[in-house]
Amino acid sequence: MQIKNSETKSRKDKYSLLWGLAFGIVFGFLLQKGGATKYDVIIGQLLLTDMTVVKIMLSAVLTGMIGIYAMKTLGLVELYPKSGSFGRNIIGGLIFGAGFAILGYCPGTIAGAIGNGYLDALTGGLAGILIGSGLFAALYPRLDPVILNKGDFGSITLPKLLKVNDWIVVTPVAVLIFLLLYWLEKISL
Amino acid sequence: MEFLTQVRWSPYAVGIGIGILSWLSFLISRKPIACSTTFARASGMIEKLFRGKKVDLKPYYHKEKLVVDWQWMLVMGIVIGSLISALLSGDFHWKLVPSIWENAFGSAPLLRVIAALFGGICLGFGARWANGCTSGHGISGTLQLAISSWISAACFFIGGILTAHLIFRLIG
Repeated sequence: MQIKNSETKSRKDKYSLLWGLAFGIVFGFLLQKGGATKYDVIIGQLLLTDMTVVKIMLSAVLTGMIGIYAMKTLGLVELYPKSGSFGRNIIGGLIFGAGFAILGYCPGTIAGAIGNGYLDALTGGLAGILIGSGLFAALYPRLDPVILNKGDFGSITLPKLLKVNDWIVVTPVAVLIFLLLYWLEKISL
Repeated sequence: MEFLTQVRWSPYAVGIGIGILSWLSFLISRKPIACSTTFARASGMIEKLFRGKKVDLKPYYHKEKLVVDWQWMLVMGIVIGSLISALLSGDFHWKLVPSIWENAFGSAPLLRVIAALFGGICLGFGARWANGCTSGHGISGTLQLAISSWISAACFFIGGILTAHLIFRLIG
């Protein structure tokens, strides 16, 4: 019985890994087709001269949010909001942002940039992310008690925070994202 | 099937595609699409090659186990998917110095590699500090309306826009 159980588990793990690979292939394909694997497109976004990245992200959030909240309402999926704190998300976010602008790729798009043949991503960029991540792991025991939990608010979503039905928040956020995208087109950015 | 060989798609087609992909990953794998933890795991795995099993004992790797998991495979998949897309459209090029960088700082490869290394260190460090990146917080977290992700995504772009302007408007 025990052996059978561990066999089913390892088969399940294998399927899970294959699904991860399949989702990654589609994700990478889409990122490349959108131009998000390119340094020039990402830096153009941060210099506010090329809005491609924001258009991709906002339309992904709009589509994803409506579908996932619909499936949640139907009881098909659950949510996995990350826990957070001001110390974690503000400081970490700003450090990440600086790195984003200096490197010109983010962790997902650098994988795409490597597939696209970009050697600055494969050499300095990849080495840097690995070093930076390792550095954090080394400092984690010292950072954790001092700053990472400052202003902790747990794993909460906006509808939970406001204590309202999901759709009271999803609907206006969807409308706002749509209007923002419409406005970006209107001023032809 | 002509669309498969096109170099660029509308950003909206790409975004809607990623949104639908996120439905499937929630439904089938019960996980949101995310990337950056994989780099922490890979970093720990490389360290383990040199320093052995004691690396597993580091508190951070106790939290994020040093194994090849779903997200690890997802990141590998991104490399493959991007390569397929680029090859199909003839958009695959070996290139070291991107155009915007070259216009501002010249075509010297070493300078660009050093900048990429330094940027990568900040990016990797910041992603772990913020507990997520442009995919995990920026797309998957914001679409769940997670507070941590909206704050992080805003700070990614505030930090990114300020730094990019500093680099290209003041220095470059």
